[in-house]
Amino acid sequence: MNELSFIADTMRQLLTGVPLTLELTLISVGVGGALAIILSVLRASFTPFAWFVRLYVFALRGTPLLLQMFLIYYGLGQFDAVQRSFLWPFLRQPYWCAILALSLNTAAYGSEIIRGGLQSVPAGSIESARVCGMSGLLLYRRVILPLALRQALPAYGSEVIAMVKSTSLASIVTLMEISGIAYAIISETYRALEVFLCAGLIYLAINFVLTRAVAGLEIWLSPHLRPATS
Amino acid sequence: MTSAIVIRDLHKSFGSLEVLKGVSLDAAEGEVISIIGASGSGKSTLLRCIPLLEVPDSGEIIIGGEALRMRRRHGRPEPADSSQVNRVRGSLGFVFQSFNLWPHMTVLQNLIEAPVHVQKRSRAECVAEAEALLKKVGMAEKRDAYPAHLSGGQQQRAAIARALAMRPRALLFDEPTSSLDPELVGEVLQVIAGLAAEGRTMLIVTHEMSFAAEVSSRAIFLHAGRIEEEGPPKQVFGDPLTERCRSFVARHLNR
Repeated sequence: MNELSFIADTMRQLLTGVPLTLELTLISVGVGGALAIILSVLRASFTPFAWFVRLYVFALRGTPLLLQMFLIYYGLGQFDAVQRSFLWPFLRQPYWCAILALSLNTAAYGSEIIRGGLQSVPAGSIESARVCGMSGLLLYRRVILPLALRQALPAYGSEVIAMVKSTSLASIVTLMEISGIAYAIISETYRALEVFLCAGLIYLAINFVLTRAVAGLEIWLSPHLRPATS
Repeated sequence: MTSAIVIRDLHKSFGSLEVLKGVSLDAAEGEVISIIGASGSGKSTLLRCIPLLEVPDSGEIIIGGEALRMRRRHGRPEPADSSQVNRVRGSLGFVFQSFNLWPHMTVLQNLIEAPVHVQKRSRAECVAEAEALLKKVGMAEKRDAYPAHLSGGQQQRAAIARALAMRPRALLFDEPTSSLDPELVGEVLQVIAGLAAEGRTMLIVTHEMSFAAEVSSRAIFLHAGRIEEEGPPKQVFGDPLTERCRSFVARHLNR
């Protein structure tokens, strides 16, 4: 087989892993993002939770994601309670274990990013909302979170890109996403250089599209920061 | 006639600093009261206590005959009923020194936000009313502009319209022109004077002495957390009874 057709064939095989990579990213960014918002709001508004959230962030940012994935995939099954629980049908599958690890991990980073966004919300905007009779969830939903999340978006974009790359760790728990397929091809052909380069190109392409999408979202969400059109 | 706002013996400290040392005030419906005094005299704190933006240490606040219920928790005072607080806040329009429009909403969205989401009125009705209010403050053509694209005077006029959109029983102004460029002060004062002429109940904390003398039915001079002098504007600005008020007014009227 000549070089070009080997690369074309490798690309074809690697591309079959793209849907799984995207799936892992989207689900864990969605679940983790929602969790991040809840954690950061809890930390900001309920003092008793602040310590719990800080401990959570400390533990999940301070240990490798790979280790967290191992703990969930190999560790949880050792508890009888887990094996007997209604969650076992999910937790015995590497797919859901990977998603759980990725979600919990990105929630820790995400909650710190959103915390920064929450701190940037002008006190005057909150005060004028309170004086109009807003409080609690309504205040968060209509004023605080829209302002905080817009502010957090650029940093959150980096976190999503990091997540795309982190999904490659799912190959360690047997999932055949892009990196998993790459390892498999290499173990058959011993052509690490070409295969990893191809995989790298695919990750780059995904992240290129993603970066553009986040930039577009930023512009779309911030008409108040653009120069006046009229 | 029922009083729009009654305040009885209000005390408020920040740490060891006692800012309000027992202030009482009774604003009848339709009255325009200007509150003057040096920086640190407690006039902004007094105004901010009315919608409980600051929680007073003791004293009573009665809005439209309804006393705000307070309680003590761990020795600190706090509102006893947050739904009452939200309801009463909605019946008071508050205008800030720094406008505090919501930056992510257009002028029109700023106006309809609380009427739609707090007062649960229909959007169409609120939009129609908001447009009329914008016309009244001379901002009709800026309805789709974002606050960042407006001058300070325009932002403050929009903020006044936002306060009016709640259909408040009284309006509270906290130094509404203090952060404006001098040439923009006039347009905002003109709007406030127009509202005073409509017979609205208003409390105005201000440094604009000649304006206050012109529009108010009563003036209050605060000094060191107490009402030092109170009376018709002719007296307070023209012929004050106390020496402190006399020298304060003399210093400020001729600026």
